Amino acid sequence: MIRYVGSRLLTSVVMVLLATLVIFLIANTVPGDPALVALGDMAASDPLQVKAFRAQYGLDLPLWDQYWLFLQRLVHGDLGISISSRRPVLDDIIDYAPATLELATVAFILSIVVGLPLGVLAAVRRDSWIDHVARAVSLIGVSAPTFWLAFIMLAIFYGQLDWAPGPGRLDPVSFPPERITGLLLIDTALQGDWATFHDAAAHLVLPSIVLAMATLGLVTRTTRAAMLEALSQDYVRVARAKGLRRWVIVNGHALPNAMLPVVTLGGLAYANLLAGAVMTETVFSWPGLGRYTFRSAVTVDFPAIMAITAIVAAVFVLVNLAVDLSYAMLDPRVVKK
Amino acid sequence: MQEAAEPLLRVRDLRTWFLTDAGPVRAVDGVSFDLAAGETLGIVGESGSGKSVCAKTIMRLLDPPAKIVGGSIEFRGRDLAKLNEEEVRAVRGREIAMVFQDPMTSLNPVLRIARQLVEAMTAHGRFTAAAARTRAIDLLRRMGVASAQAAVDRYPHQFSGGMRQRVMLAMGVSNEPALLIADEPTTALDVTIQAQILELLRGLNADLGTAVILISHDLGVIANVCSRILVMYAGEVVEEGAPEDLLTDPRHPYTWALLHAAPRIDAEAEDRRLVTIEGQPPDPRAWPSGCRFRARCPFAIDKCAEHPALLPIDATRASRCWVTQAGGALHEPARPKPQARDAQAVAAPQPMLEVRGLTKHFPLPRETLFAEHRVLRAVDGVDLDVMAGETVGLVGESGCGKSTLARLVTRLHEPTGGSIRFAGTDITHGTQAEIRPLRRRMQMIFQDPYASLNPRMTVGEILTGPLLLHGIVEGQAAARSRVEELLGLVGLPRQAMARFPHEFSGGQRQRISIARALALGPDFVVADEPISALDVNIQAQIINLMVDLQDRLGLTYLFIAHDLAVVRHVCDRIVVLYLGKVMEIGRAADLFARPLHPYTRTLISAAPVPDPRVERTRRHVPLKGEPPSAMNPPSGCRFRTRCPVAEERCAVEVPPLLPAADGQLVACHFPGRI
Repeated sequence: MIRYVGSRLLTSVVMVLLATLVIFLIANTVPGDPALVALGDMAASDPLQVKAFRAQYGLDLPLWDQYWLFLQRLVHGDLGISISSRRPVLDDIIDYAPATLELATVAFILSIVVGLPLGVLAAVRRDSWIDHVARAVSLIGVSAPTFWLAFIMLAIFYGQLDWAPGPGRLDPVSFPPERITGLLLIDTALQGDWATFHDAAAHLVLPSIVLAMATLGLVTRTTRAAMLEALSQDYVRVARAKGLRRWVIVNGHALPNAMLPVVTLGGLAYANLLAGAVMTETVFSWPGLGRYTFRSAVTVDFPAIMAITAIVAAVFVLVNLAVDLSYAMLDPRVVKK
Repeated sequence: MQEAAEPLLRVRDLRTWFLTDAGPVRAVDGVSFDLAAGETLGIVGESGSGKSVCAKTIMRLLDPPAKIVGGSIEFRGRDLAKLNEEEVRAVRGREIAMVFQDPMTSLNPVLRIARQLVEAMTAHGRFTAAAARTRAIDLLRRMGVASAQAAVDRYPHQFSGGMRQRVMLAMGVSNEPALLIADEPTTALDVTIQAQILELLRGLNADLGTAVILISHDLGVIANVCSRILVMYAGEVVEEGAPEDLLTDPRHPYTWALLHAAPRIDAEAEDRRLVTIEGQPPDPRAWPSGCRFRARCPFAIDKCAEHPALLPIDATRASRCWVTQAGGALHEPARPKPQARDAQAVAAPQPMLEVRGLTKHFPLPRETLFAEHRVLRAVDGVDLDVMAGETVGLVGESGCGKSTLARLVTRLHEPTGGSIRFAGTDITHGTQAEIRPLRRRMQMIFQDPYASLNPRMTVGEILTGPLLLHGIVEGQAAARSRVEELLGLVGLPRQAMARFPHEFSGGQRQRISIARALALGPDFVVADEPISALDVNIQAQIINLMVDLQDRLGLTYLFIAHDLAVVRHVCDRIVVLYLGKVMEIGRAADLFARPLHPYTRTLISAAPVPDPRVERTRRHVPLKGEPPSAMNPPSGCRFRTRCPVAEERCAVEVPPLLPAADGQLVACHFPGRI
């Protein structure tokens, strides 16, 4: 077991290193001169200013030196200075990441808490009404475009019914809590500011539902298929022949086996939620990484793009590591003696 | 029939149908029988006869579209057919337990053995978790699982098939049920392990008084355990009786056919053709109105157009047959005159295949980064000659290297060492391109007729592929006529050409595989368990076909099978393999009459004979344990760890393969001691 964990960790480190290299190379080969973008047409026509700019950001060094520099700084948490905000990229990310982390995590929990039982029930009560509901949910979740869903939800639940608050993380009149983690739910709870906690939670409802829908659909569908597969296995028949109760067979025998594909999917889905909330964040004016990424991309803010991509790569590697480790716990056959 | 006490189980006119969209499939259609407490009852029949559905109906394990449409299952005064799900649950595993066919898939892979055993006991509230765990360990010990204390905390994948079936048996008897139903419990196991499991089953019946219903397609297995036999055909019981009567003097033509279709390990065969019955079992959606066996019955008379009832013949037996109703016996099958075979082979034997010191080591992943590479010594120094026109059998338990050897000599695998000469040409390390011209002359037939035919190709395409690839024929028309010829050769209509493999039965598919192997006109055919997946009667048909083809085309066979009776029947010479090494080679008749190696002796002893009188007189040499790992084989003689006559010398010296009397070769320090 220790050997397995060790080898997975080692692989993960190598993966992250490779990812940074690829990111670095891509960022350096794409067309688009950051000096031009940052300085504007006027200043960029002055070669001296361009040269000074390049020297300031290390853009005049050989490629490998730039990469080495990039790696060294990365290790020290120095992600460079954002060309557009002129602040350390790390500070930018610390500002923006918690909003995304909070939203993605709530959306992920939502899709698992709803999708898993729905998939299990759909498989156990195959062709009943709940199965049809499950299929409808997964179809809508997978096929409805996020921006459309976001606008519809806002229009109905905020615009028409006024059940939910509008865009943003808090009402404009609320005071944000003192920053501890940047996650509003946790910060408010730690400070006992329950009114703001409530406000933050209410603001999370619509965007997290919108963000969760696609994942929810996949989780439901995968769980249903995996459960149907597991329920048709010989060991389930054996469990019935032992005289076990139905829910013991479903939860104790079929579900642990069905979890394997769901865990794989869940891991990837969480990573995607963390990295790919651009659309939802834009519609809900959510000050998260998605919007920061978008802004960095249009301004060709190389240090920011590289930092974000490195973070996304690291997130995927970490999530995959978590998936591998939970596999080892779920399925004893993964870790050979 | 048993007047004495109230039976434990009384099944009356049971009908289980599958209500499909295409009409009801009448899988079990009017089955009646009694089972006394502590009795052992065998149910035998081919696939689709309804024997397994019958068992699952008793356990009420079938889900829609299966439905009990009629009849009763009285068990201890209750009709199981009428209980609701919760009431049935209390019976399942508590009063009636069931053991299934495939031990590899019957245990939940992600749960520890302990948990799976304990929950069977705690589910019925008879044991606390702690008491159940102690009992689980005791039961595993009783079932012969080594170091049971540690074994309970392992996962199923850490056990072999035989060990898993022991766990399943432990689970089955854990609540001391009155009835244990075993559905083909040894079909997936080696003959040596089968003998151990059957012994265990007999012991459980004798010690605990558990009644047993044993379902099997193998009459030998049934005869070994059961005191009464039901023969099922087309959803009905066609004959019932004690094994002594039923197996020596069958009174239903179907029993008769089953009995004669299977070769016997204890009988010298004058002719290698087996008695087979024509045709297929009838369609369960529309059973014929008369006797359901009539269309295939060699004894049928006019009266058979009327459906016969299961009527007593004497006090202890009954049969569903008009022909034997009056008490008459069924005559012995008319066997064709023995033919003098292989005149040319006997005259001047030419070696077709010469194998010397052949080894195949499969590298395995390292245990740690710096550990040595481990190797699996699948084949480890095998010498073997196959003469033109002869049939050589390869036998041994799973993992002994027989399939690897087959793949080596056909060069599907690259050998690690040694040499292979085929028809005088060294093919040991030839590239595939160099071997390709020889491929025409050596072909393989595989075990699984379902997996070895591409489901997306028609039979015509499957058969023309090799013809065009090797340029045997030119043009579609020539290929077509060759395919027709091939289909005729294996007894399939030429319309088969346009159809897909899934439209054929297992036996027909195996015929297609044979036709494919014959397409290129080979001299040498390697058949890897060609009949293992088939029913007895289909097995006999395929064996007959292979024998016929050998006579007509002068083929040489390397025949791999785990069924010793079949090997004895088909083969001229037999090679016994154990852990990648040859233990003994001899002519089939000599080897069975006078096995010199203890392993050969125990293998033969483990194979059941479908005749209780013969069984009683046979000397049984039980083989303990399971084969050791081929990764780390024992020193000296590889068989010594399980050998009943091994001495110190066996651990030190590897016994060479030396000739004994009559050209028999044996690798043992004490040949013939056992």
